[in-house]
Amino acid sequence: MVPTNYYLILSAILFGLGIVAFVFKRNIITLFMAIELMLNAVNLAFVAFSQSLGKPDGEVFVLFVIVVAAAEAAVGLGIVILTARNRHSLNVERVDLLKL
Amino acid sequence: MPIHEHLRPILEYLWIIPLLPLLGSAVNGLLGAKWPNKTVNAVALGSTGLSFACALEAVREFMAGGQAPFRKEFFDWIIAGNFRAGFDLQLDQLTVVMVLVVTGVGFLIHIYATGYMAHEGGYYRFFSYLNLFMFFMLILVLAANFVLLFVGWEGVGLCSYLLIGFYFLKKSAADAGKKAFIVNRIGDFGFMLGMFLLFRAFGSLDFQTVFAKAATWQPDTVGQFGTLTIACLLLFMGATGKSAQLPLYVWLPDAMEGPTPVSALIHAATMVTAGVYVVARSHVLFTHSPSAMYVVAIVGCATAIFAATIGLVQSDIKKVLAYSTVSQLGYMFLACGVGAFGAGIFHLMTHSFFKALLFLAAGSVIHAMGGEQDMWHMGGLASKIKVTFWCMLFGTIAITGFIPFAGFFSKDAILFAAYQSENSGKAFYAVGLLAAILTSFYMFRLVWLTFGGEKRYDEHHVHVHESPGSMTVPLMILALLSLVGGWFAAPALWGGPNYFAEFLSPVFGNAELVGGEAAHSLELTLSIVAVLAAGIGLIVAWRMYSSKVVRGTSTGLHKILYNKYYVDELYQATIVGPLVWLSRNVFWKVVDVGMIDGSVNGIAHGTEAVGDTVRHAQSGNVRSYAVWVIIGAIVILAIIFWPLWRPAFFVATSGGVR
Repeated sequence: MVPTNYYLILSAILFGLGIVAFVFKRNIITLFMAIELMLNAVNLAFVAFSQSLGKPDGEVFVLFVIVVAAAEAAVGLGIVILTARNRHSLNVERVDLLKL
Repeated sequence: MPIHEHLRPILEYLWIIPLLPLLGSAVNGLLGAKWPNKTVNAVALGSTGLSFACALEAVREFMAGGQAPFRKEFFDWIIAGNFRAGFDLQLDQLTVVMVLVVTGVGFLIHIYATGYMAHEGGYYRFFSYLNLFMFFMLILVLAANFVLLFVGWEGVGLCSYLLIGFYFLKKSAADAGKKAFIVNRIGDFGFMLGMFLLFRAFGSLDFQTVFAKAATWQPDTVGQFGTLTIACLLLFMGATGKSAQLPLYVWLPDAMEGPTPVSALIHAATMVTAGVYVVARSHVLFTHSPSAMYVVAIVGCATAIFAATIGLVQSDIKKVLAYSTVSQLGYMFLACGVGAFGAGIFHLMTHSFFKALLFLAAGSVIHAMGGEQDMWHMGGLASKIKVTFWCMLFGTIAITGFIPFAGFFSKDAILFAAYQSENSGKAFYAVGLLAAILTSFYMFRLVWLTFGGEKRYDEHHVHVHESPGSMTVPLMILALLSLVGGWFAAPALWGGPNYFAEFLSPVFGNAELVGGEAAHSLELTLSIVAVLAAGIGLIVAWRMYSSKVVRGTSTGLHKILYNKYYVDELYQATIVGPLVWLSRNVFWKVVDVGMIDGSVNGIAHGTEAVGDTVRHAQSGNVRSYAVWVIIGAIVILAIIFWPLWRPAFFVATSGGVR
């Protein structure tokens, strides 16, 4: 059996990659994928703990996260499409109208 | 012998007397705006007339019940700890005089006003205020404690303000109203301090309790400023404001801006006598303080002569009467100051008759002249408005003190009491006598300038006409009262009793009932001297004004008198001016603009500056927000895990510690 630590380390690496991608990339689609990566890194940690502790709580939580992530993807992609239509660009740095 | 309640229906429900005018005021004030004058008249005259009838009945019931004061507590108003101020009314001989004067003369003036005000706008408003005044004045005289008295005291001040400024579109009238209100505030400040001091000393503000306790106190000696002396002086300060004495008299002449019935009712017959009433009501306190009495006498005496000299040269018919009122009020205070409270109240009553008469007659003249008030634009009116002329003449003879008119008896009683006073009584008498000469002079001057000589107005513009019956009938009744109003004291002339003083003796004690052959002959001598003094004034006025008169230019003393000793200018320069300067340059520009506005605006500007700085953090860039989120997450994690790595931190930073 693979030790829990391995899963956690993998989860941390994935989460770190997600953060780095989110901060340094400009394409909105990429940012999206970075968020999904972070969510799934957390999911991995959840199931790892669940298995190691022998409790179902973590798995239940993962199901919730997946549902929320799906909803978020639906809304988020809608926004992305509208942004692309209106601004003819997917560069996130050009979507900054909310500043004063 | 206890009297059964159903035998004295009004006395047991004494509140009905003030309540009726209040109802009249409320009905007229709230509903009267669209009513015709007749309906307003019915409400106003009905309420005051009924009030007068109730007062008469209450007095009858009171007299039937013996001499003891009637007092009843109707309901509790303020209760705090062991302090109680209730709606308590009382009726004693002093109150009887005041209530009858207020309701009786008030009713007559109401009748007169229906004629005088008939063509004025705001008719219902006028009568609403006038009735409200009657209510507060009756509360003032019927109150059985200082607190309730003060309610009436402030209430009449309010009505005075409202009625002086009745023609509120006229700036001078509005200003005069404000002046009256503010000057009275100064006096009321003293009055309140006096009440606080009395409460501290006696633990109550009820007349019965305070006076009963004060009577047992050791009187202050001359020059000693004990509690009673200070309390009396503070109460008297209130009285100088309300009753227009030096140095707070300045509002009364200006108050003539109000309609003439108001001048007659409030600024001659009733409200301005409230100060005299308070001093007389508190006579127990004042007799325990010779110093306060002396101050009262001096102020009264000084005011009497001071105002009389100003009255000598005024050209406005109402201003002459206003200064005359101030002067006569001075007489009343002089009487109180020398201990002759009964004589003061006697003069208060007769004065209310003849001064109301004089004012109403003057109003009738003004009415006839179509609003003209300057006596130099009158003259020769005697044959045109006969009734007014004769009534005015009656009032003039009464105030100047010719026998057998009312003023003779009351003024005589005051001068006699002053003469007998131990503290510089002769000086008071001399000044009082001089004021009597001046009174006689300016009153006959007024009569001759107005009614005698040749006409000095343009007949094509002024249509002189006698006033309607609603105005002349009250004049005639008051003229009759001015004639017979003093006869209570008449038997004293041939050695008999002075019925007025006897009537008041349950209140003031028997001090004034001086008898004996020597006193009687002295009184007769002084009476003759007083009549001679009035005669001198009459003759001088006759020599100067009975024939053709020309208004000369004003120089020297005449100019000073005509400008009222420049007292208004003095007050303007020493008090009003600096106060306005202080308000404008300190309270407005420094305190208000600088400190209050400054602090409020400063907080707003500070918030704006902080926001202006911090808003740059919100770049609108999604990724920079992400960085903030990450930094936040790291900080939170650091705090959560602080217990775990703290030991390492301590070892690293303070390695030497074991």
